[in-house]
Amino acid sequence: MITLKTGRQVGIIGYGAYVPMYRLQASEINRVWGGFGAPVEEKSVVALDEDTITISVEAAKQAVKRAKINPSEIGAVYVGTESKPYAVKPSGTIVAEAIGATPSVSTADYEFACKAGTEAMQTCVGLVGSDMQKYAMAIGADTAQGKPHDALEYTAACGGAAFIFAERSADTIAYLEASYSFVTDTPDFWRRAKQMYPRHGNRFTGQPAYFKHIAGAGQALLEETGYKPEDFKWAVFHQPNAKFPINAARMLGFSMDQIKPGLVSPKIGNTYAGSTPVGLAATFDIAEPDDKIFAVSYGSGSGSDAFIFTVQDAITEKRDGPKLASFIERKKYVDYATYLKHRGQIIQ
Amino acid sequence: MRKVKIAGTGLIKVKEYWDRSIQDLFAEASLKAIKDASIGDLDKVYVSNMGAALMQDQLNLATILTESLGKPGLSATRIEAGSASGGVAFHEAVQAVASGYSDAVLVTGVEKMSDILPDVVTTGLAMAEDQEYTAYTGVTKTGIAAMIHRLYMDLYASPKEICMMAVKSHEHAVGCKHAQYPFKMSIERAMASPMEADPIHMMECSGIGDGAAALVLVPSDDEGVEVAGTAVSTDYTSIAQRTDPLEMRAIKDAAEKAYKMAGIKASDISLAEVQDDYTINGILGIEGLGLAKTGEGTKMVNNGDVDKDGKTPINTFGGLKARGNPLGATGIYQLAEVALQLQGKAGDHQVEGAKIGVAQNMGGMASICSVNVLRRVGE
Repeated sequence: MITLKTGRQVGIIGYGAYVPMYRLQASEINRVWGGFGAPVEEKSVVALDEDTITISVEAAKQAVKRAKINPSEIGAVYVGTESKPYAVKPSGTIVAEAIGATPSVSTADYEFACKAGTEAMQTCVGLVGSDMQKYAMAIGADTAQGKPHDALEYTAACGGAAFIFAERSADTIAYLEASYSFVTDTPDFWRRAKQMYPRHGNRFTGQPAYFKHIAGAGQALLEETGYKPEDFKWAVFHQPNAKFPINAARMLGFSMDQIKPGLVSPKIGNTYAGSTPVGLAATFDIAEPDDKIFAVSYGSGSGSDAFIFTVQDAITEKRDGPKLASFIERKKYVDYATYLKHRGQIIQ
Repeated sequence: MRKVKIAGTGLIKVKEYWDRSIQDLFAEASLKAIKDASIGDLDKVYVSNMGAALMQDQLNLATILTESLGKPGLSATRIEAGSASGGVAFHEAVQAVASGYSDAVLVTGVEKMSDILPDVVTTGLAMAEDQEYTAYTGVTKTGIAAMIHRLYMDLYASPKEICMMAVKSHEHAVGCKHAQYPFKMSIERAMASPMEADPIHMMECSGIGDGAAALVLVPSDDEGVEVAGTAVSTDYTSIAQRTDPLEMRAIKDAAEKAYKMAGIKASDISLAEVQDDYTINGILGIEGLGLAKTGEGTKMVNNGDVDKDGKTPINTFGGLKARGNPLGATGIYQLAEVALQLQGKAGDHQVEGAKIGVAQNMGGMASICSVNVLRRVGE
């Protein structure tokens, strides 16, 4: 096995997260469709003028501010998403322009279902770890599509987080110890070109897809590094609903206490490519120096990226501004019709 | 006719096999039964399966599955009779040996339901109804069962008393290695589960699962478990065409014929497996077998008569609700379980002194039903 360990140590020097303020409750979906499900209590909904790019910009700006760096020195901006506003035209260019990183910058959009954001993180780690870039920004953000009356309608939500990577120093809030990816061709969820909504394999998305890959990546990284679950203060697992990350944690030997700070899906739903990044940001919001954080994403298709971060002293000075909890608490409920309008599902 | 005995049984756990094919499941159960029978040569294979044409896009199923046994030249036939495929295939296999045409017959039930999405399974279940008269309306199998369930509630029993059928099946599945859901379920949990088709709760329905079960039949040597009686009977497919929708004539007719062949009365039965794909069907199965009078099936379920140490233990490994209901394989699971009981190999599920066991397996809303009677003979 080959672990993703860098030639020089790399860490995060700034992070930011953003969740739109509107919420749709599971009970409202049940009212309309006569259902009984509640895989999450409620999910975030975009405003009329929000999309993956605006979410990315919000998170990126906060990350730059917290990093206390000149944004023109950011050499890479990568946006991981499965809800690009443009089918052809990068989202990363708009984000890079908005934060002042252009023109001396590499940008691209990443797609790997819900793990596109953590793929972008690994790429940034590689760029900085190889000394090719001083600063590199990875973003995971989505405004996920859920077909009306599909099981995914309860959870498909919006939000995102951004992380700026740099060589490890006293300014680093958390440095990366190792990262590992586990990928197979497992078609559990997909959206073909020109289709409006993704399709999924129902229960096939569980054990042979989500759990197999989370366990595959997580166990391999633990074995390679020699760490045990109890060595970590916190853990984050991709959260497509409220139940899966809890079961994944239990399966790998982590406790509810370890995942609690990063478990935000019950209140905002599944933010897809933003899911693990947002959970990680929520964990950074409360972490203390020397805390170790274990994080594993999952993207349908399928694969998982696992990370081990160790928090440093700088975190206490570099998490000013609104925390993720404040974005979660700042909410306004919408009814189903308004939700459809915000999602562009009512055609004028 | 020659007497026929069960020489070997092979069961695999009912579950979702995401990483295995229908051939894999068939081969594992079949080879287990062949090994258990300590038999070298087979001369006939019956495959019971309901939905491979829909679920695996596979026809010529018996040929393709039999290839996995590595015994070219075997005669192979697929039997399809809706959810009754297993019991009907067994009925045919018994005749093959009894007639003297075959000396060693493998009958394997197999179904792989997890290859398709649940809404397609729902469509597949409705395909056991008449497309020109019933299924074209869009009614689901659960919907039809709900009508029967409601009528039974109006005449005989409360929703809770009917629901107890599922609770009992789960109770019996505890510790069963081949059961899909080997855990207890409280009546409160079952009654609080969402409505699948009012008044049927979700926890009153069998689930979706993959499975395979196999039996080897040979001429009897007056030792072990013999087939004492076997019968298949049909009825009007639509409940609307029947004089009394609750009568389930196919069950009663098949039971009457099988009991007559075996020379037994319902009161002689040590244990029975009934088709509880819905709780109401389990109750009607009990009544159809003559174990309880019409309208009194729920009393038997609620007063403990169906318990392992009760008057007539029912669904001793969990039935369709808890052991699982892999459609075409279900009837063979039932018969293998009865055989294990009569062989004294049922472990914690063992019914003491079991001598005569019955398996009732039906398709549609009892538009076809098989009743097979097994008897322990010799020492």
